[in-house]
Amino acid sequence: MSEQAHLVKVTIDNITIEVPAGTTILNAARIVGGDVTPPAMCYYSKLEGSGGKCRTCLVEVSKGSEKDPRPMPKLVASCRTTVMDGMEVKNITSEKVIDARNGVVEMLLINHPLDCPVCDQAGECDLQDLSYGHGNSADSRYEFPRRTFERHDLGPYIQLHMTRCILCYRCVYTADQLTQSREHGVLDRGDHAQIATYIEKSLENDFIGNVIDVCPVGALTDRTFRFKNRVWFLKPMNAHRDCPKCSGKVTLWNRGDEVYRVTARKNEWGEIENDENGKTAWICNECRFEKKKTSDWVIEGPREISRKSVISANHYLKVEEPQNVLPEVMGGRNPKLLMDIHDVSDVNKPNIHLSEIQGPSTSQTFEDNSNINPQ
Amino acid sequence: MQSLTNRAKQVERKPMTFIEKLYLWNILKGMFITFSHIFKKRPTVNYPEKTRPFSPVFRGLHVLNRDEEGRERCTACGLCALACPAEAITMEAAERKIGEENLYREEKYAARYEINMLRCIFCGLCEEACPKDAVYLSETPAPSNFTRESFIYKKEDLLIPDPKTETEELKKAKGLN
Repeated sequence: MSEQAHLVKVTIDNITIEVPAGTTILNAARIVGGDVTPPAMCYYSKLEGSGGKCRTCLVEVSKGSEKDPRPMPKLVASCRTTVMDGMEVKNITSEKVIDARNGVVEMLLINHPLDCPVCDQAGECDLQDLSYGHGNSADSRYEFPRRTFERHDLGPYIQLHMTRCILCYRCVYTADQLTQSREHGVLDRGDHAQIATYIEKSLENDFIGNVIDVCPVGALTDRTFRFKNRVWFLKPMNAHRDCPKCSGKVTLWNRGDEVYRVTARKNEWGEIENDENGKTAWICNECRFEKKKTSDWVIEGPREISRKSVISANHYLKVEEPQNVLPEVMGGRNPKLLMDIHDVSDVNKPNIHLSEIQGPSTSQTFEDNSNINPQ
Repeated sequence: MQSLTNRAKQVERKPMTFIEKLYLWNILKGMFITFSHIFKKRPTVNYPEKTRPFSPVFRGLHVLNRDEEGRERCTACGLCALACPAEAITMEAAERKIGEENLYREEKYAARYEINMLRCIFCGLCEEACPKDAVYLSETPAPSNFTRESFIYKKEDLLIPDPKTETEELKKAKGLN
């Protein structure tokens, strides 16, 4: 590996950069950043062996290398193709690539139920963003019934919706590489292929919760957060705690003072960030599912969210509240409150903490309020 | 001073004559205008016995829709609340249990759904945002009331009558009889 330090020149969409030999086109494009980066549904840089399955990152190589300037005959998957010296890559400047990507999105959506209004991943879903950018029309050309699966439970914490799965294998690699025993994998093949646990084993590993974060769609979601709230109504906050098992660096999703959800911190590519030691900051199940109180965490401050994301809607940093002059004008009295909304409204009762119940709320939860409030 | 327009009239300040001082002619002129309105078409209607026809795009009170089988369409996706510029809509979602399939259309439904009509500006953005055809603005104008509490519309107030079990009420609500 003496050529590791050897730099090669690669031109992506007319932007030339130098990267170490052995870098994939996708990672080189991520160094450039912005629109030049091909989208990736299955490739996950923190997982060994991921990539090459979804074909959304297809690019055109118009010049193979300096030594062999012939273009590559077909579009190549940029997550699996390494750069060569003098390579010229076309991503958004190539009509072939755009056309192929539209086709891939249509293919991924063939069996997708499009139940975004129900899905908890909506608002932070890679497939939603991808089909928003590349979907040709609202209509599908697929005339057959979409595939359905029998409901399969993956333990008390993780909810599996097999109909939403795009078979990216990210969760399989996560379960394989983070945990000792392999209980989780893809069974059957073709149209019947499905994520499942082997022989009805529930997943009880300390780090298995990370499959929720790596899932690009809503196939694996947090059961403790299920249907509690929509992500764009929650405020993401950076927080940490002393955890003996993991780095303890997380994003809390707050509403008021209630912690609705705990996830790992994700970077601009939707991948889990590194901690200060350069290791991926996977978080353990205890941090993710069991620490749902603000007092468990040290809050560092609001997390920066891309302005393009719906999660940033109605979130304001540095709110400057105007000075309340009413008591001054009215001789020390506060204005009379004509109606306290909590007296009338059934929503967001101050004594009911939805975030503290395990699993989704049901009609029973709302019938009997003593179930919700442990005090 | 130069005038801004050329429409300014010179004010006449000569004293009135005897006939003019009687005001009789001016009173007659005024009464003629008043009585001529008897023969004109009335521009008012006798509300509430009669009402004016609404424009087809009129936006009144919200309704929460049901499907043909009487199941609630709303799935508590929160898009209406997100679109609402007045932040009038709030909701809490719940999971549909086995045995409740005849009540709710989707796996998730709105257990609580409230519209604060004091905040609502009837812009109709919730209707546009709804992916499930669940919330609609009806042709009923918002009624007035003396208490503020009565303006918090809950799910029971917003849901339309069940088309299967409450057909009469639904007809009445649609104004068909």
